[in-house]
Amino acid sequence: MTKVFGSFVANDHIDLTIEPGEIHALLGENGAGKSTMMNVLYGLYDADGGEILIDDEPVRFSGPGDAVAAGIGMVHQHFMLVPVFTVAESVALGYEPTKSLGLLDIAQARKKVIEISSRFNFNIDPDALIEDLPVGAQQRVEIIKALSRDAEILILDEPTAVLTPQETDELISIMRQLKEQGTSIVFITHKLREVRAIADSITVIRRGKIVGEASPESTEAELASQMVGRAVSLTTEKDEADPGDATFHVRGLTVVDKAENVVVDDVSFDVRRGEILAVAGVQGNGQTELAETIIGLTEPRLGTITLDGKDLVGESVKNRLGAGIGFVPEDRSTDGIIAEFAIRENMILDVYDREPYAKGLNLKPKVITAEAKSKVEEFDIRLGSVADPIATLSGGNQQKVVLSRELGRQLRLFIASQPTRGLDVGSIEFVHKRVIAERDSGTPCIIVSTELDEVYGLADRIAVMYSGRIVGIVGPDTSREALGLMMAGVPAEEALAATDAEAASADEPAATSAGPADDDSAPTSAEETE
Amino acid sequence: MTAQTVETTSPTHAKVVAPIAWKFPIVYSILALVSFVFFGLIGRDGETTFRVASGGDLFAIPDLVVSSTAAGLTLGILLVIMAAVSVYVAMRRLSIGSWFPMLFGILFVLSFLAWAGGGSGGVIPLTTLLAGALALSVPLIFGAMCGLVGERSGIINIAIEGQLLAGAFLAAVVASVVKNPYAGLLAAPIAGALVAVILTFFAVKYWVNQIIIGVVLNVLVVGVTSFLYSTVLTEDPGLWNSRQKLPDLPIPLLSDIPVLGRVLFDQNILVYIMYVVVIALQIFVFRSKWGLRMRAVGEHPKAADTVGIKVNLTRVRNTLLAGAIAGLGGAFFTVGSGLAFGKEMSAGQGYIALAAMILGKWNPKGALMAALLFGFSKSLGNTLQSIGTPVANELLLMLPYIVTVFAVAGFVGRVRPPAAEGVPYVK
Repeated sequence: MTKVFGSFVANDHIDLTIEPGEIHALLGENGAGKSTMMNVLYGLYDADGGEILIDDEPVRFSGPGDAVAAGIGMVHQHFMLVPVFTVAESVALGYEPTKSLGLLDIAQARKKVIEISSRFNFNIDPDALIEDLPVGAQQRVEIIKALSRDAEILILDEPTAVLTPQETDELISIMRQLKEQGTSIVFITHKLREVRAIADSITVIRRGKIVGEASPESTEAELASQMVGRAVSLTTEKDEADPGDATFHVRGLTVVDKAENVVVDDVSFDVRRGEILAVAGVQGNGQTELAETIIGLTEPRLGTITLDGKDLVGESVKNRLGAGIGFVPEDRSTDGIIAEFAIRENMILDVYDREPYAKGLNLKPKVITAEAKSKVEEFDIRLGSVADPIATLSGGNQQKVVLSRELGRQLRLFIASQPTRGLDVGSIEFVHKRVIAERDSGTPCIIVSTELDEVYGLADRIAVMYSGRIVGIVGPDTSREALGLMMAGVPAEEALAATDAEAASADEPAATSAGPADDDSAPTSAEETE
Repeated sequence: MTAQTVETTSPTHAKVVAPIAWKFPIVYSILALVSFVFFGLIGRDGETTFRVASGGDLFAIPDLVVSSTAAGLTLGILLVIMAAVSVYVAMRRLSIGSWFPMLFGILFVLSFLAWAGGGSGGVIPLTTLLAGALALSVPLIFGAMCGLVGERSGIINIAIEGQLLAGAFLAAVVASVVKNPYAGLLAAPIAGALVAVILTFFAVKYWVNQIIIGVVLNVLVVGVTSFLYSTVLTEDPGLWNSRQKLPDLPIPLLSDIPVLGRVLFDQNILVYIMYVVVIALQIFVFRSKWGLRMRAVGEHPKAADTVGIKVNLTRVRNTLLAGAIAGLGGAFFTVGSGLAFGKEMSAGQGYIALAAMILGKWNPKGALMAALLFGFSKSLGNTLQSIGTPVANELLLMLPYIVTVFAVAGFVGRVRPPAAEGVPYVK
């Protein structure tokens, strides 16, 4: 199978065979062409070459309707659910049971949801609105949708990206149940741990080509090197943190969104000089709003934000930048860069109005270009010319431009939201190294990340957010299980106790020592601010 | 094996208190004070007559004669009490049903009428006022239904104005040539749908900004109809533009109910069609396969596509249907009211229809109420003008538009338009 977008070959002669009743993992980096391939298989894109055979019969899909009729179901990475519909309506859409006059037979639709939901213990209320359901439940609605159309092959596109570790475990058990009942599953992911846990067979894709099969017994390092094409270090090297004074304090911060929902709820923490505080949590639990409130894009309803003894609440974003905050936004393409502007212009978005880049009303293009060139050198940015629009760069290089801008000033605080989202492994290594270098130079750093691997790679302390609150701040040695429980809202002490009980004495010293240490530090620094 | 649900411990959001919403209490208080002071305390002496009877009622209701000042004071006190209630409600952060603003509005209008009718010894003809309100609402209601069917399926239709005008034009011409008003009624939806064809052609096929095409279409229809009017229609008005009127068809019994029966059930077929359209849409938009698919393509077209729904085809079909509805509404200007076609006779009603749709939160029922509100304010302006009030004519003519601005700005609150409206679906 081949799929070409313009001059870019997304899928280059890919052959893939799925056996009945197996879980087949499709492993590859972001942008390797996994999702493209599945979208062709599901009839959303037309293939430019090759064919699809089901039970040795060639089939042609002119749209997803044909794929569904052939027994293929797909759970997309971004759920295909209408937020204002009920569960029953969502499942019925496209295959509506009707009474006379084309009126919906909603009783029939509810019955179907209840039937499938109880078969797999999904616990889904057919009358709930989609937008009120947590993501894990929405995903189960997607699975119900596929099963209600008698899918024999279920494609799951990056299904764990939005889930807590516990929800991931549930999903894995659901996948096993489906397999027992004879459904084939194609599981698309770039997470090595999950592949090893569940897959019967693994196909690795790199740059649109199949680079080989792998067995589920392979080690993570083997899988990673096959996926990336070279040996990679999965852990970031860093020295022990040498934290200084706490210069950044957040106290009782509460943020309310436009619809009066509390999105950040009474959050307090400190960051010391020379340490990285990682804010972990499932997407959408207030981390984004917390970061935006610190930089000043959102004003809090209550609470204070103090940097070097100065309250920042009410200050403009410009003043906060002036106070020494560097900020890498979560959504690079909309908030981090101006796509149509040149690379060198993107590098001075924060300081364009100051000497030496400007004089009076004029910009100084020569200075700007020279500065841009030295940054390109320093950050190893691969580009044609600094005058090209930044949109011409790859995601990794765009992020390096953002970093070079935000780290270019003398910083008193560095915040990065999802700094490596969508980047290739090489760029991730580079970004992590720069963040650690900034920490070592004595800047307090806050990293917001939903990727636990990144959290473990960078954090000196980990704050876990759930439903707008900080559930607890724990040490970097806390187990994955404990963090997972905290990400689902279980308080730190309980989470640590629960996992300690399981893991007997193994991580006990690390975990317990981390907990109280922070409990002590919080009140003392609170006194300092007062 | 069991997929346990993660316990979503609903967190107690302590300390956070929403700021008190002072907007409504302030508005209520000002209006109540205006009513109490101007219509009551320093009101005008004299009596106001509310005439509810009209010829041919089952039984006659005598005119209601009240002292202008007494009525103003009584109603003013009631309004002040209501304003106080709204302040209390706001301070306790409670919410109150939609009956509250409605009741407040009715009382305020009554106190205003009592004041306006006083002095000159004027007679307020309530039945005429209400009948006028309905008549002025009909094109608005059709237009709002057109807008909501379009936007629910994801196409913003600014061209309602043009569709109304095209419907009015073709209805007049066809009815005049055939010498039968019902022929005009058949032609009007075709005219509206034709405008929609151009809209969808550019919006769906070429992804042109839908607001821009809509505005251009309005100008285009004004141009074409005005040109034909001044060339062809004025040449031989007897053939092309003679008056044809849909006959009134009173419904037995129902039309004999005093006041409301006269207003609602002694109408021509177009008004009855309107009742059917509104009721049918209220049911079908939310409870039918057609409505479910329409809302899906308007909210999340890609989700609809992944279950095999043809997004663009659905949008085109629904927008054409919507155009036909607006065209029907246009027919009310000509054959529905027994008038010949006149240049730009839709006079911006299409835009007011859009406002009614937004105020009605994209719901047929809500849009109906909003359109009636606009129709009523216009009818009120007309009535006051004819009985002669101390308020300047120009200000009275502005009344419906002031109501529109206030209603859309203040009362809409948090509404969510269909998420994908105005966004072309490109695979």
